[in-house]
Amino acid sequence: MPHVKMARKSTDTDMTPFVDIAFLILSFFIMATKFKPPEPVPVTTPNSVSSDILKEENAMLITIDKDSKVYVSISAKKDQEKLTTIIEGINTTRNLGLSQAQIQNFKKTLIIGVPFNSLKGLLDIPADRQGTYTQPGIPVLDTLNNELIWWVGEAKKAFAGEKLLYLIKGDNNSKYPTFEAVINALRKNEEFKYNLVTSQEGAPEGTELFFERLKN
Amino acid sequence: MASIDTGGGDSGHKKGPGVKKAKKLSTRVDMTPMVDLGFLLITFFIFTATMSSPTTMDLNMPKESDKKEDETKVKQSGALTIMLGKDNNVFYYEGELGASGENFKSSSFKDIREVIINKKKSVIAAYKGSPDCEQKAREKGKKDPKAECADQDFVVVIKPTPDATYKNTVDILDEMTINNVKRFAMVKISQTEQDLINVSQGGK
Repeated sequence: MPHVKMARKSTDTDMTPFVDIAFLILSFFIMATKFKPPEPVPVTTPNSVSSDILKEENAMLITIDKDSKVYVSISAKKDQEKLTTIIEGINTTRNLGLSQAQIQNFKKTLIIGVPFNSLKGLLDIPADRQGTYTQPGIPVLDTLNNELIWWVGEAKKAFAGEKLLYLIKGDNNSKYPTFEAVINALRKNEEFKYNLVTSQEGAPEGTELFFERLKN
Repeated sequence: MASIDTGGGDSGHKKGPGVKKAKKLSTRVDMTPMVDLGFLLITFFIFTATMSSPTTMDLNMPKESDKKEDETKVKQSGALTIMLGKDNNVFYYEGELGASGENFKSSSFKDIREVIINKKKSVIAAYKGSPDCEQKAREKGKKDPKAECADQDFVVVIKPTPDATYKNTVDILDEMTINNVKRFAMVKISQTEQDLINVSQGGK
């Protein structure tokens, strides 16, 4: 009986194009990735339809975390000495009696979230170990003793003649009165334009904004 | 292994006796581990990638003023007051709040858009013409001065209660952008309104 000879086909697949694609996608992701800078305070920002990208400029970032604690961080694009001006201003107006070493440490401090009377204590800790220190937040809710007013005032003075953005980065779950107190502190300093940090989302379908964006 | 040795393909070729057959090594490299590694790295980068950079939303607040004459007059017919309660509750009323709160209505973030759109439509429908405003729009070179002015009486007043979250506030400000509301204001809530909200929230 004649055997039917089955043609032996190789089960071997050529993996090379597969590898090519894999590494192509890989290189795309490496290029596109911008590593997040370490966040001293974790905040989940709300979504908004706003599509303006956050610019990197001189900015005073006011963070409100999920427990409605308020933190301040100031970033100067060019002149780091501005930070010294601010802390020295705070030091004189509030009579804190900070030492030179503490003032130097302020420049390296990522984020400030303490009342003025504990500022000395915070600045005694080296900047790289401040992460473990739980900051109680800047007191803002008391209208008579809204300490944020002083911070904003000093920052405004130090950046006089330059553009300074006021960024407010609030957590989804932070309460409205804190936000209101932050706004009030800025208004007391005659600052009326703010930027709220949000995550992007698309305009909902069928709305006016949706059609307007469709046109452009 | 993906690569199975199929015998090199020339095993049938006979050489003379005593001729040593040089073992032919396959030049093929097994790519499977490389693919594994590639995709592992891809997954890693997808997870760590922050594709969406943060955006900002502009917010302009009016100057604080004690003078009464500085306050913007709001036509009651075109006003819509939205209040933000706790647990993402939204309340609203049109025009002036009735003495017994009969026009005080409850809503949600899902339904409030409909309310805003309807109110805007009714304000535009009630527009009788304002020569001043249309003249100004014409001077600015606007194509359709009537459309520019038709919603000039439409004002949304936002009143968040202390129980509202920051997310609620941003959401409602977003709603203003979405529905192209040109005039809106954030105002402190009054006691009467707070009481009404407490009553309707307590009932739930």
